[in-house]
Amino acid sequence: MTEVTPLVEFRGIARRYGEGDAEVRALDGVDLAIAAGEFVAVMGPSGSGKSTAMNIIGCLDTPTAGEYLFDGVSVSGLDRDARTILRRSFLGFVFQGFNLLPRTSAQENVELPLVYRGVGAAERTALAREALARVGLQGREHHVPSALSGGQQQRVAIARAIVTDPMLLLADEPTGNLDTRTSEEIMALLTELNTERGITVVMVTHEPDIAAFAHRTIRFKDGRVDSDTATARAA
Amino acid sequence: MLWETLLLAVRTIRRNTLRSFLTVLGIVIGVAAVIAMVTVGNGATAKITSELSSMGNNLLFARPGQMGPGAPSSSARSFTLADADAIRADVGGILAVAPVSQKSVAVVAGSESRTVGLVGTNADYLTTQAWSVSSGRNFTESEARAGRSVCLIGETVRQELFGTADPVGQTIRVKNIACPVVGLLVERGESTVGSDRDDTVIMPLRAFQRRIAGTTTVDTILISARDGVDTGKVQAAVEDLLRERRDILAGDDDDFSVRDMRQLVQTMTATTTILTGLLGAVAAVSLVVGGIGIMNIMLVSVTERTREIGIRLAIGALEHQVLTQFLVEAVVLSLFGGLIGILTGLSLAYGTARLLSVPFIVDPTIVALAFAFSALVGVAFGFFPARRAARLDPIEALRHE
Ligand SMILES: Nc1ncnc2c1ncn2[C@@H]1O[C@H](COP(=O)(O)OP(=O)(O)OP(=O)(O)O)[C@@H](O)[C@H]1O
Ligand SMILES: [Mg+2]
Repeated sequence: MTEVTPLVEFRGIARRYGEGDAEVRALDGVDLAIAAGEFVAVMGPSGSGKSTAMNIIGCLDTPTAGEYLFDGVSVSGLDRDARTILRRSFLGFVFQGFNLLPRTSAQENVELPLVYRGVGAAERTALAREALARVGLQGREHHVPSALSGGQQQRVAIARAIVTDPMLLLADEPTGNLDTRTSEEIMALLTELNTERGITVVMVTHEPDIAAFAHRTIRFKDGRVDSDTATARAA
Repeated sequence: MLWETLLLAVRTIRRNTLRSFLTVLGIVIGVAAVIAMVTVGNGATAKITSELSSMGNNLLFARPGQMGPGAPSSSARSFTLADADAIRADVGGILAVAPVSQKSVAVVAGSESRTVGLVGTNADYLTTQAWSVSSGRNFTESEARAGRSVCLIGETVRQELFGTADPVGQTIRVKNIACPVVGLLVERGESTVGSDRDDTVIMPLRAFQRRIAGTTTVDTILISARDGVDTGKVQAAVEDLLRERRDILAGDDDDFSVRDMRQLVQTMTATTTILTGLLGAVAAVSLVVGGIGIMNIMLVSVTERTREIGIRLAIGALEHQVLTQFLVEAVVLSLFGGLIGILTGLSLAYGTARLLSVPFIVDPTIVALAFAFSALVGVAFGFFPARRAARLDPIEALRHE
């Protein structure tokens, strides 16, 4: 993969909050490259900058210094709407905490990214049903989030992230609120999306068992990359 | 996309029905007030205008005392029949002159009785009122001169005393005087102030003075100018004559007044217009207050829904898409308020029009204007909250509890 353009490339990325004595260096000069098709786990202690890095990869946030290239194209000069268009065209985001719209059915939650992309109602319904079926939620389309278990809500969130057929799926602690069995089901789903649909997956986790599902583990510490290792795949 | 946004807005508003209703109450009151006032005002103006044409053309009337908004002052000398005769004899360009005295008396026919407004006048009276009989005849000038007690009755009096029977040729008793009915008057309906103009009996002035009132005074002299004659000149001539007859020296104030009916109506119409305008302005202010109410609740809504907005922005909503969503919500709210306001205002106007017996005339321009204005209020006051929502930072918003 030497000469291939990485899907995600960080060049000296820094993200600082506040000024002077109160300055927090959430990211402090990060170089990083993730190729298309990879399944990457991001680990590190709390406050080490994992979510900050994910937000920058997901074009939700902009670095204070350094350059971020997505598929070889610099994102730095883009304004908010342009970044939104980039995000909704190529990225799927599974947030820390499910972040589904309350009192809104699973079907409608999954349709939401398509609504903003201007997809027609009939096509939307079909795509959302397909995405929900893929995460194993057929028959639950009309349930509202409060009527679903934690694992099911996370599946809805994943369905919402993949309904636009993204190149890159970002998941910030996708199993953070789930028990071991449900966590493994979710990981099986992410693995399947990675291997069968070729979606690049970047996932933040605190648990080594979960990280073991990935091919590669990047460890953050104090806003820097501490280690970057290939993982022996779980059996 | 706009349709989706509209549905979403309606759904969000319905989720909080009571709050939405309270939010738009200001708009409802403002719009209802505008609609009710303008509608009733239009009805009143139409009524006055139609009365002007039914009043007989070019009508002047003279009354003792200075005429202000109140009644003639009691100290002023009354007119007499001779004054009316002098006007008819000396002033040019006149079609009809009618001296008029009025009194409320009981009339009886058989076992039925009723208290009516009795008018003592001459044969010209009907001309000045542009009125006529529907059956029988007017009394003649010679009957009037002779002071014969004959009478004309209005439609209401007919119904009360004779039912559907023809009253002509029958005799009624007016304050114990036997009085043959020679004519039945054409039905006229209510006046501006709501009195029934058909609830009247008319008899020759001399008979009225001698047998009913026991005086020789005249309350009012009605003067109809001929068509094409300048009523201002007639008015001046009548004033000169009356000053002379009443020995008023040059430089002294008149102790009587002569008014042109048309001027009076114009003054009244102008007053109604000013009043309608003023009340409309007050109503417009309440619309603005209503708009501030909407802005307030939209700001609360944006804060409450910060997380939802964060999700939408993170998931791919562009700034203008979020802006549109909240703007549409504000406009739907205010239009909903405007609609309720229009319905309320129209029912209010309908009730008031019935009560004041003015016609109920709906002006579609005002209704459309009120609707457009409430939409405008929604856009104007919804914009600031909507922009605030659109500019939220998605990361911050997602972190919001
Ligand atoms: N909006 C902000 N203002 C100030 N400091 C911030 C802000 N967001 C994050 N930080 C700081 O940046 C650092 C990195 O935060 P980040 O959320 O990336 O950590 P994390 O690795 O995801 O931690 P966790 O495992 O607890 O989720 C932390 O010290 C945090 O306090
Ligand atoms: Mg985090």
